[in-house]
Amino acid sequence: MELYGLFLFAVGFLTMAMIYAVGSLGVNINWGFTGLFNVGVAGFFAVGAYSSAVLTAPESVNHIGGFGLPVPVGILAAMVLAALVAWPIGRICLRLRSDYLAIATIGIAEILRLSFRNYQPLGGGPFGVNNIPRPFESLPGPWDQIAFLLLVVAIVGVILFLVQRAWAAPWGRVLRAIRENEDAAEAAGKNVEKFRLQAFILGSALMGLFGALMAHYVKIISPEGTEPLLVTFLPWVMLIVGGAGNNKGAVLGAILVWGLWTMTELLTGRLPDEWALRVGYLRIFLIGLLLQVVLQKFPGGLLPERPPTVPRD
Amino acid sequence: MAQADSSGTMVSVRGITKRFGGLTAVDDCSLEVEAGTITGLIGPNGAGKSTLFNIIAGVFPPTGGQVFLDGENVTGMKPHRLFERGLVRTFQIAHEYARLPVIENLMVVPPGQDGERLATALLRPGRIRAQDTEVRRRAEDVLDFLRLSPLKYELAGNLSGGQKKLLELGRTMMTDARIVLLDEVAAGINRALLASLANDIERLNRERGYTFFVIEHDMDLIGRLCDPVIVMAQGSVLTQGSMADIRADRRVIEAYLGMSDEEAA
Repeated sequence: MELYGLFLFAVGFLTMAMIYAVGSLGVNINWGFTGLFNVGVAGFFAVGAYSSAVLTAPESVNHIGGFGLPVPVGILAAMVLAALVAWPIGRICLRLRSDYLAIATIGIAEILRLSFRNYQPLGGGPFGVNNIPRPFESLPGPWDQIAFLLLVVAIVGVILFLVQRAWAAPWGRVLRAIRENEDAAEAAGKNVEKFRLQAFILGSALMGLFGALMAHYVKIISPEGTEPLLVTFLPWVMLIVGGAGNNKGAVLGAILVWGLWTMTELLTGRLPDEWALRVGYLRIFLIGLLLQVVLQKFPGGLLPERPPTVPRD
Repeated sequence: MAQADSSGTMVSVRGITKRFGGLTAVDDCSLEVEAGTITGLIGPNGAGKSTLFNIIAGVFPPTGGQVFLDGENVTGMKPHRLFERGLVRTFQIAHEYARLPVIENLMVVPPGQDGERLATALLRPGRIRAQDTEVRRRAEDVLDFLRLSPLKYELAGNLSGGQKKLLELGRTMMTDARIVLLDEVAAGINRALLASLANDIERLNRERGYTFFVIEHDMDLIGRLCDPVIVMAQGSVLTQGSMADIRADRRVIEAYLGMSDEEAA
């Protein structure tokens, strides 16, 4: 029985890590490939999560919909809507230099999040959207959990394959050149605005998918679920720890950082009650410590960027 | 390789003025760069040379006046559009892609690569591979030409200042350039490397028919490479001619030394 519990825990842990890997890969396309300092992940996460939730959940008086549509429709729509929201934002903000882009994206993400929190018809306000269907949930346990994990692993696998291909192609090369020196890329005939916008939209679509998968997994999305600490900060740390510019690093970072995050929860559960309130801060402290250690010992992350032309030795 | 027409005007600047707030950096400047030449542009600091270069290269539009490239009005055109028309520039301070290997610094340049389209990159890897092999071969040829082959896989950020300048020149060789604007290509390069760089520029001019328009402070290099030489002072053209003429011109010396006519007399 103990073993079975451990197994279920491992399945749940990996599922969350893989969902986070989607977000981390999205950040990688923005920051790792193109140098876009997008710290508005939570905004695109929210758009994806609420879109898929409202489209697939059963009808409710709390919010528009739900339309009870099939889950794949919801997930696709989440990506498309996140991309559609990213398009005008990108058109306006991508001319800003990196630190100003960071400020703009934080602000926009908060606007999106607070809209969902305060405008009830959009996403149920403080109540959120409940009863979001999870694929395979009708299967007997533990197969429902295992099947969902396999689905998420397959999604991450397909994304990793495609993103890696784009990275190694001339498309990815132009993005890296823009990241390194925008003026030189422009002087070399590249339409910098167009490429930056493509990378921004593609990364945002993955952040929307990240939100949709999370909504279907936990079956509820509420304003607390879109906290920037959880869905902006963590994917960023995962990418930096794993290795910015390295897609496999993004996935590895997701597993490691989610592991640390989960472990601190287990550890802090054993602390005396008077410490319980401080647990949240302790977790952030530990993540910060990990970030420091990794950046000191591995400045490029655990799996540093590796230019595709250089032969492996 | 497209051979530039060795007759006619490549770049024509007509009455260009550029003001930054109250400062007039370029003041009703007109000049022409003939096709097939290595034309030098000299002048004291603050004469407006780099500003004029930036206007020709499309970095910012002029306050007034026009730029023609091969007879076409290209005033205010973006750098990537000018690049499509064969105008390539290098930077005063080398603009390398620091965390890209040397070879990819060159491979990124050729325009219109199919794999630059995201959909093609994702769905047609076979088509990209063949084209990329060709681009890579071309980059390797350029590295051979510039004697940078041993540094092929080095990250460009680790190169010396002179090697970065060579790489700048190499980037212009990755496209069918017709006119190359060199902005102080000799700055910060040791004499030995400079000699081979000058050699490379002459070869590109002779063998590939590149027209060069060169800002330079190194008078030896200008004297060796450039004919004609255009002198700018206070935002407009002071005089133009062979280096021997320029050396003998009293007004040029005055412009550099800041003497008025009375003092000089």
